[in-house]
Amino acid sequence: MKQEIQCILKRYPHAGRDKLIPILQDVQEALGFISKESVVQIGEHLHLPASKIFGVATFYNQFRFEPVGRYHIQICRGTACHVKGSAAVLETIKRALKIESGQTTRDGMFSLEEVACLGACGLAPVIAVNGRFHAKITPEDIQGLLNTYRQKGESSDE
Amino acid sequence: MIKIEVNGRIIEGKDGEMLIYALRRAGIHVPTLCHLNDMFPSGACRLCVVEVDGEKNLVPSCSYPVRSGLKIWTHSERAVEARKTIVELLLANHPDDCLYCERNGSCQLQDLAENLHILRRRYIGDRNRFNEDISSPSILRDPEKCILCGKCVRVCEEIQGVSAIDFIGRGSSTTVGTAFNEGLNVSSCVNCGQCINVCPTGALRERNQINDVMAALSNPDKFVVVQHAPSISLTLGEEFGLKPGADVNGIMTAALRQLGFDRVFETSFSADLTIMEEASELVRRIQTNGPLPMFTSCSPGWVKFVEQFYPELLPNLSTCKSPQQMLGAIIKSYFATRENIPPEKIFSVSIMPCTAKKFEAGRQEMERGGIADVDAVLTTRELARVIRMRGLDMHKLKPEHADTPFGERSTAGKLFATSGGVMEAALRTAHFLITGKEMKDLEIKEVRGLDGIKEAHVTIGDLTLNVAVVSGLMNTRTILDEIRSGSRTIHFMEVMTCPGGCINGGGQPLNADIEAIKARMRAVYKIDKTEVIRTSHQNPSIQRIYAEFLGEPLGKKSHELLHTSYQKRTVLV
Ligand code: SF4
Ligand code: SF4
Ligand code: SF4
Ligand code: FES
Repeated sequence: MKQEIQCILKRYPHAGRDKLIPILQDVQEALGFISKESVVQIGEHLHLPASKIFGVATFYNQFRFEPVGRYHIQICRGTACHVKGSAAVLETIKRALKIESGQTTRDGMFSLEEVACLGACGLAPVIAVNGRFHAKITPEDIQGLLNTYRQKGESSDE
Repeated sequence: MIKIEVNGRIIEGKDGEMLIYALRRAGIHVPTLCHLNDMFPSGACRLCVVEVDGEKNLVPSCSYPVRSGLKIWTHSERAVEARKTIVELLLANHPDDCLYCERNGSCQLQDLAENLHILRRRYIGDRNRFNEDISSPSILRDPEKCILCGKCVRVCEEIQGVSAIDFIGRGSSTTVGTAFNEGLNVSSCVNCGQCINVCPTGALRERNQINDVMAALSNPDKFVVVQHAPSISLTLGEEFGLKPGADVNGIMTAALRQLGFDRVFETSFSADLTIMEEASELVRRIQTNGPLPMFTSCSPGWVKFVEQFYPELLPNLSTCKSPQQMLGAIIKSYFATRENIPPEKIFSVSIMPCTAKKFEAGRQEMERGGIADVDAVLTTRELARVIRMRGLDMHKLKPEHADTPFGERSTAGKLFATSGGVMEAALRTAHFLITGKEMKDLEIKEVRGLDGIKEAHVTIGDLTLNVAVVSGLMNTRTILDEIRSGSRTIHFMEVMTCPGGCINGGGQPLNADIEAIKARMRAVYKIDKTEVIRTSHQNPSIQRIYAEFLGEPLGKKSHELLHTSYQKRTVLV
């Protein structure tokens, strides 16, 4: 992991603060999330304190600070989905998994992300699990869906 | 000076200065929440808005330059209404916990609500819900009470050069927090408490240890001793309405006895002890080639700063424990034996100007055989609280003397209260150790005053020492980088974490302005000027403890009790 980050940083020699966002994007792309280690290394490279980097990174919704779970749930927060009740769906998922957007459940099974639009407005409200779309989802569907995935995840553990 | 019109009256201002300073000099109070004196205005709170002739919008007086011909209304209906709305909006999601809040009675938000006569909740927002950060031994953070004024963030970054905290997230979910929202205890926070001193609300406060102390005081099996740091007698009075710099030493001693402490000692005594050890260490380092420069090690925020940001300079830190820890160690060894009290029966309390002293007392280097040198640390503010809780009237108590043998100090020990004081005290004794004679002029003017970086060249015999005195950790960064690159030669450097030293520590009475800090500093130098014993080595009690117990400075006993070493510390920096 350390080397991957060093590779990324090498692409930004003598960089200043203005390169922070592109570097964070590269790191997220490489690791899937922004790790503590990477923040320390970026900080050394750009001469920025960790708190500042974290502050900037949390300003944008695109960054996550935990590795994604086995099942990565993306929920569309676009207008169409919103009109059709995505807020209630989101609340239900958060409550069921006891996590906030951007977080991963403790067992590493699920992670949750809000995305601006999944580009499938016809299916609203829509969520995607590891890229697979689930259309016209309602709060009532959530528990069943999560159970199915959890079972699948647990059985493939053995 | 130019003239401007304010509320129909002519006042003077300096061309280009921020309006708020001119208003304050003229005695016109415009409220602020985000303003920090002499720092770049952030314009975050907009509470300081005033009406300016010719400007369409209200302007923030903290960031509006004075120019001639200005015509201003500071308390027009529009300005006051705007301020009221701002405060009402701040209150919309505030916990309203005043009755149960550390800052009840000393909260700027509370004052504003009162001054603006806000009597009901006009806006109702979702109440902030965040967990308290209780991870730090020194600082407690309660983000629910945070109004996002940003002062703590700026002080931590710009004054202390630490940047442990910053704004996290955005929009309505913005908070002030650490990297990855970790506890302060694993962050780069050096526990200095300067953020507490600028926080307008109860969002930041010290980790209170009052209950531990009260429990010990009422436990008949405990022998409870207390030491108070050099600055406390000069600041405690402010908590009871006395002028900054008023010395309440004797009254405080009386109060401490009434609270039930079995012995009252002065940390200034062990500051003298520190000087004996530290000056000897300096002389030894000079004679044996280093490592130089030697850094003082009595300010625990600074020590942690070096451990995490400049670990390669750790060998430069003096091995001396701080005066707090030295006295703690002596009490549980020399004193315990002398009085025939088992060390584990002693509960040792110290009154400190400093939140980082709580952290220091808990460091594992600071115990022997599972017995901590110091058991609990109260800040000046906490002591004032205890005194009020016990209903002691500081205006009626009769002054008393501290206990021997650790109640006797030189003025050199007392100088530890202020930036430059350790340097002066150490040089006085180093001069004696090297030449066998006293310095002709004991006062080294170059290292006095409130400048963040002070330098002097001091001649001792045929040596010329370059010395530097730094306070406010941001200031150390410049010097340390120069030392690292070899572009600056210094032999001895005193560092105090807080700007101006302990008199401005993170545990001192709140709302001290620059004038109060100056008054506290003058009080220290007045003591130095008026008393007879002005060097640590002339303190008879110090001479006695070496004769009876310690042997000689840097000797075996000293090594065991009074010295320590530090290691690189990995935190999220
Ligand atoms: S921070 Fe101030 S306004 Fe808030 S609860 Fe405490 S005293 Fe009241
Ligand atoms: S105590 Fe000092 S170092 Fe810690 S957050 Fe506050 S200002 Fe920063
Ligand atoms: S913690 Fe205090 S100083 Fe820091 S932003 Fe909040 S209210 Fe301001
Ligand atoms: S004090 Fe002027 S904007 Fe806050």
